[in-house]
Amino acid sequence: MAEVDDSRKPMFAGLSDVSISADIPVEGEINVPVGTPSQDDEYSTLDEPVKDTILRDLTAVGKKFVHVMYPKKSSALLRDWDLWGPLLLCVTLALMLQGNSVDSKEEGGPQFAEVFVIIWFGSVIITLNSKLLGGTISFFQSLCVLGYCIMPLTVAMVVCRLVLLGGSGTVSFIIRLVVVTASFSWSTFASTAFLVDSQPPNRKALVVYPVFLFYFVIGWMVLTFSPSA
Amino acid sequence: MSANSDFLLQFQEFGDAENASEDSRDATTVTIEDTGSHKHHKQRKTDPVMSFDEDDDPQANNDQTELLSGQRKSAPFWTFEYYQTFFDVETHQVKERVLGSLLPWPGKNFVSLYIRNNPDLYGPFWICATLVFVIAICGNISDFLVYLGKPQYKYVPEFRKVTIAATAIYSYAWLVPLGLWGVLLWRNTKVINIVSYSFLEIVCVYGYSLAIYIPAVVLWIIPYNTVRWLSIIVALCLSGSVLVLTFWPAVRDDKPRVAIAIMVAIVAMHVLLAVGCKAYFFSTLDVEHPAPKNVVTPSKQ
Repeated sequence: MAEVDDSRKPMFAGLSDVSISADIPVEGEINVPVGTPSQDDEYSTLDEPVKDTILRDLTAVGKKFVHVMYPKKSSALLRDWDLWGPLLLCVTLALMLQGNSVDSKEEGGPQFAEVFVIIWFGSVIITLNSKLLGGTISFFQSLCVLGYCIMPLTVAMVVCRLVLLGGSGTVSFIIRLVVVTASFSWSTFASTAFLVDSQPPNRKALVVYPVFLFYFVIGWMVLTFSPSA
Repeated sequence: MSANSDFLLQFQEFGDAENASEDSRDATTVTIEDTGSHKHHKQRKTDPVMSFDEDDDPQANNDQTELLSGQRKSAPFWTFEYYQTFFDVETHQVKERVLGSLLPWPGKNFVSLYIRNNPDLYGPFWICATLVFVIAICGNISDFLVYLGKPQYKYVPEFRKVTIAATAIYSYAWLVPLGLWGVLLWRNTKVINIVSYSFLEIVCVYGYSLAIYIPAVVLWIIPYNTVRWLSIIVALCLSGSVLVLTFWPAVRDDKPRVAIAIMVAIVAMHVLLAVGCKAYFFSTLDVEHPAPKNVVTPSKQ
């Protein structure tokens, strides 16, 4: 046995040091040189209070909101993508846009499901379009950007609802028109600032146009919202 | 003499080999004779060595042609790269194609001039999407303008119209080309046509020909009958002539009855789409006096 060990020492040097004994638990003794730091991290997030975990995610989402409000060419939105923000915005917008209930005779505005489907299905189609045209952005990064850039339109929806509380005449319509137009251009501009760098140079307009159409349709839904009497 | 004409055909195919595909090789030959023949003649004169080699080696030329034509869409259909080949257009190309469909010119075939063996799906898809939303939005606006000032009317954004418009326009833009392609394929087995189009080229023509309807639909907001009918007739003439000019070379060698029948069917479906959209989405006109005994205008066209 010793001769075999000697001949194998250069290749399996560590193996000969392991003593197989019933006392030693398996997981503590195996030295994995690469994975240890991440194991420590994951272990620590299980230990920390729930408030810390939630606050960390909320800060990340909030930071991205700030990036959308002041769009600069930063890559933070793209690098650490998450879909919490888009989900929050989409649900808020769909809830606010929900039209009359089912038992009323009028056909009504868009229902929750319709708005939800339009936003997510539209985002998926635009992402597919930009990837088919040769864009280098990844699927979920693009969904993240498009979802976060709905925020100006959500803000416009809140403002429109407040304005409609005051009355629904011509003046309120003009105010709503101005607000929606401004927020729709802001959305398009913000998402273009994030997305356009990853597209091939001769096709930028081809990628921007569907984004424009998408926010235009959402803006139209926000503008034509009329509250149920 | 036949060897000479064979050589002519082969040389021209090699010149455009990277664009050739199985279906439209014949179409390639036709266009080169029409527009670029002087260029190829010049090439032949200045390159006698190369032409001599090709005359010697028709087999190698054929193999190279096959190889280059296969390179364009060689990815299997379940990979992403296969579908990327359908989006191989640039901004200025899309602009040219849209403008070419808005202003047809007799003698200029849309497919041979603009598409040139590079059919794309970007144009048809997004033009149809724009048209769907424009029809729904403008239909809503026109209803709103008609009922403006009437206190008993409450504006309702009718969301169902978007779904109906989408179904109608997308099925027109995809199923009618499928049927037309099938009919042309069937006629090709009976009569040898010089010009034949692939399915994607037909989808391209139909998609881009719908582009003229977008400004026409915006004009339909104006609630005057004359304006609406004028715009619909102008749009029909322009887009119908694009279709007619494109498909006439493909059917003119057939029996006259069959050729006329196919062209009439193409135009009829186009008219049906336009009039149907107008009738369904823009059906209210000036409803001035809601008095029961004297209905001024009919409510449905």
